[in-house]
Amino acid sequence: MVKKKNKKSLGKIKGVAIQFVPNSEIRYLDSNERIKKILKIVLENNILILQGRLLAEEETRLIKDTMVMINHIKNFRGIELAVIAGNGKGGFFSKLKKSFANVLSGGDLGSITIIGPATIVKEIKRNPKKIELLLNK
Amino acid sequence: MVIKVFKNFFNRIFFNIFKNKKDIKLGFYGPPNAGKTSLANRICKDFTGEEIGSVSKVPHETRSVQFKEKVKIEYKGKVMTFKMIDTPGIATKIDYEDFLKYKVKKKESKKRAKEATQGVIDSIKWLDDMDIVVIVLDATENPYNQVNITIIGNLVARKVPVLIVANKIDLRKSNIKRISAAFPEYEVIGMSAKYGKNFEEFYESIFKLVKKV
Repeated sequence: MVKKKNKKSLGKIKGVAIQFVPNSEIRYLDSNERIKKILKIVLENNILILQGRLLAEEETRLIKDTMVMINHIKNFRGIELAVIAGNGKGGFFSKLKKSFANVLSGGDLGSITIIGPATIVKEIKRNPKKIELLLNK
Repeated sequence: MVIKVFKNFFNRIFFNIFKNKKDIKLGFYGPPNAGKTSLANRICKDFTGEEIGSVSKVPHETRSVQFKEKVKIEYKGKVMTFKMIDTPGIATKIDYEDFLKYKVKKKESKKRAKEATQGVIDSIKWLDDMDIVVIVLDATENPYNQVNITIIGNLVARKVPVLIVANKIDLRKSNIKRISAAFPEYEVIGMSAKYGKNFEEFYESIFKLVKKV
């Protein structure tokens, strides 16, 4: 008798695909739908490059949902996540200008969020000057 | 008008009496293996004689939220009562195979990984209940880790006062300046939870932070 598999499986990794998602694709989605969309892309073994960034609460929600997925999807070990944002330096007026621009454009478009499955992305090394994406062999 | 003034005056007095009786919830947050439990243990041991949890070199040793109630911290003649909350390390990935490197058996590793994922979920849930938070970072590691930024971002959004501890300053590779540069808007204290370094400075900062609650 063939044993029925209860868990979903990610299957074999055949290659690395990078998917770019412009902010316009997620701008009008609510937090639930945003996280769902992100995790769907990552679970298909893609590295996601997202224009803009999630809210702090959405980032924690993403981590929480990732933890739930680890227990439910075979071979899924979690995600690597990094946000590259413009530096927060500058005076009051430059900050005010930036937040005004963010309101008009519908998000922090000066930032980029990189999310990849931990089985593919070994580490995202960050320091103030550069970002390195280290992939698993 | 006079009645209203009296009413407000009594309300304020009763509110303050009630508020003072409540313990201040002090949370320890950070990535795995930064020394959250070691720090919480030393404080609890100093003021209650008991530890809060076990420590280990294997990551995710703390896999459930641990408490110690009624911890009376005394500093320069002042006493404050805290509820200490030691949380599991927050991570974005948990791989059972990482535990095998520490000679943990496969079955136990898988169990540990499962418990660790639940621990991360519980840590995040507890963010809503904290009065003040100590972010414990390993001073030998790169602080530009998205998990650290995410935790701090959440606490800022919830208006929870934050203190950053750069732990493990007894190690040669430690670099407090790198942590201060990564989080310039926060006070960073270099400490060694293992050897009890800089606890006076830590208590002073905690007492200052309580005023912001």
